Amino acid sequence: MATQSITQKLANPTRFMSLSGAILPWLAALAIGTLAYGLFRGWTAPGDYQQGNTILIMYIHVPSAWLGMMGYALIAVSSFGLLVFRHPLADVSAKAAAPIGAAFTLLALLTGSLWGKPMWGTYWVWDARLTSVLILFFLYLGLMSLRASIDDDALAGKLTAVLGLVGVVILPFIKISVEGLNIPSLGISIPAWNTLHQPSSVLRSDGPKIHSSQLIPLLISAIGFSLLFFAMHLKGMRNEILRRRVKALRVKHVERAQIRDTENMAPESA
Amino acid sequence: MFESLGPHAAFIIASYGVVGFVLSALIAWLYLDGRAQKRQLDDLEARGIRRGSRTRRA
Repeated sequence: MATQSITQKLANPTRFMSLSGAILPWLAALAIGTLAYGLFRGWTAPGDYQQGNTILIMYIHVPSAWLGMMGYALIAVSSFGLLVFRHPLADVSAKAAAPIGAAFTLLALLTGSLWGKPMWGTYWVWDARLTSVLILFFLYLGLMSLRASIDDDALAGKLTAVLGLVGVVILPFIKISVEGLNIPSLGISIPAWNTLHQPSSVLRSDGPKIHSSQLIPLLISAIGFSLLFFAMHLKGMRNEILRRRVKALRVKHVERAQIRDTENMAPESA
Repeated sequence: MFESLGPHAAFIIASYGVVGFVLSALIAWLYLDGRAQKRQLDDLEARGIRRGSRTRRA
């Protein structure tokens, strides 16, 4: 028992429910506090010399885009955990992450469009970054639709996990689409597409290209949004465990009723 | 306040509005779904239909 890893310990849904129930209120409060502080810092930071106050959209757009991708990465890891290790909570995690990841991807698309109109002069262009994020959103919709279309939960979980793992190829594509990829030691050199979307200003090998007065609020907002994502994911997992318990009890109830009916009918037929 | 945001204030307000709306809707759905599942579980247990581990404990 002492040699169990954290994932092994959390494999027990009852233990997970107990632990997550204790953590969730604190996590939610921390998320709201951090997010409020990050956005307050952003709104009181000086405007950008080019964008003016439109930079305020960045404090919600960038974290949304990061979390849209992180949500899918979480689904891929959970899918791997289900297919390879048969972890009991892996499918619960993948199912709970899908609507949350889809919501953040949708927010990245909408806030990006609302930033694009005043800055680029258009709400939408079919460039590599925008199109690949739109494909990510459709992948989320595909995962949720596939699961909803199959009655057998175990089969739905496995098929969704396969699609989740196949679809993960979109994540490096989203990153490479704007910045390209250059790894000389491996002989990999993928040029960046000629896109309207600018390269990353924060996650760069040569350091952030954004002033600290804007970088710090952005990072605090990103931490706040991430904590909110994990709080919602925990809540979604708890709901899913309860849903499965309800379903299991209903099946048990029907089975008991059938046994009772069979017992009642047996003397008559004898 | 609105004027101080500059000529693109409507885009900024709309962005924050859509984030507030989508995340509020998601949180409300999670809360209501959790409450509905809990109510159904309590209802089943009140009718004597319990999980194996709980039955043994009782």
